[in-house]
Amino acid sequence: MLPTDIGSHATPHAYTAYHPRWLRQPVSTYWWVQKRSYFAFILRELSCLFVAWFVVYLLTLVRAINEGEAAYQSFLTFSARTSVLLLNLVGFLFIVYHAVTFFDAAPQALVVHVGRKRLPSGLVGAAHYLGWMVVSTVVAWVLLGAR
Amino acid sequence: MADRIRLRVGRYRPEMESELVYQEYEVSFDKEWVVLDGLNYIKDRIDGTLSYRWSCRMGVCGSCGMTVNGEPKLTCATFLSDYAPGPVTVTPLRNFPVIRDLVVDLGDFMRKLVRVKPWIVREVERPLADGEYLQTPDELDEYKQFSMCINCMLCYAACPIYGLDPKFIGPAAIALAQRYNLDNRDEGAEERMEVLSEHEGIWGCTFVGECTKVCPKHVDPAGAIQRYKLDAALASIKSYFMPRGV
Repeated sequence: MLPTDIGSHATPHAYTAYHPRWLRQPVSTYWWVQKRSYFAFILRELSCLFVAWFVVYLLTLVRAINEGEAAYQSFLTFSARTSVLLLNLVGFLFIVYHAVTFFDAAPQALVVHVGRKRLPSGLVGAAHYLGWMVVSTVVAWVLLGAR
Repeated sequence: MADRIRLRVGRYRPEMESELVYQEYEVSFDKEWVVLDGLNYIKDRIDGTLSYRWSCRMGVCGSCGMTVNGEPKLTCATFLSDYAPGPVTVTPLRNFPVIRDLVVDLGDFMRKLVRVKPWIVREVERPLADGEYLQTPDELDEYKQFSMCINCMLCYAACPIYGLDPKFIGPAAIALAQRYNLDNRDEGAEERMEVLSEHEGIWGCTFVGECTKVCPKHVDPAGAIQRYKLDAALASIKSYFMPRGV
């Protein structure tokens, strides 16, 4: 007899799916080291911690400047510690990696139209890098020009 | 000139095994032979008990997806000569329960696919007498890429997020939802968003990007998901600043 409602288990003639003894293979805890691209993804996720660290570091700098000369000198002493220098160096490398992977991924998410025409994704990606260069140049000019 | 190569095939026979075991076969092959040809050779000439799915043999039906040397591949589009001198290891697609040998159960995807309504939704259907819903080439180009999906499930097999959280609606279902959202004849974007904005929807994706890399039809499911996220975020911001709409 054919079931009248194969999606419901309430009817007396409900269809019962055939469940043979399926083999389920769980994902290994170490899946992220089994493939280079997975590892690159995990590094990208990890880079967010360093982004957060630089935000905290920058806010601490702003607060030190606001509190006066003594606080600023104390911040400089803290920043000159080997451990902090090392952390900032590793952090910088992760930030660059974060930015590059972000900009490389951006054209996949951002579809830009000019009129009816869709801009090529390469152009969208290039615009991000151009923006990055412009901002970096302005920051460098402010920092170096201030001396 | 025919050459020979060893195929190391994952076997699971529920009446005999409780885990995947490997069986080796040596097959002769020509340079035009794909992995599926090797499996067909085994089935026809060596071991008729081997189970696997296939149909069109030309990258259209999406039935013959398997894991070849650790990578999700369409076996009808994967040449044996690329793996010479071998061996070539063929196992079932990852992240799906195995029914038998290389055959996996795709029921989970089928149930999820229906939830995103992969068809044209109209609030009011025009009468047939009014003719077709015309579309310009530019309007077609907006969604054509996503319409190339053949449901081969390579993207699900490559996605570690789906492997870790089977509730995640997954790359192909979202790409197919986007295919209809970007179709100017469709009016179902809001209904789909209800499903896709769930935690297991678009926000479950952490953009590993492997789905796009393994897609044999260049659908770019990862791109579809990120576009969806951007649209959802913009809609949310818009509703915050303009609660009564434009």
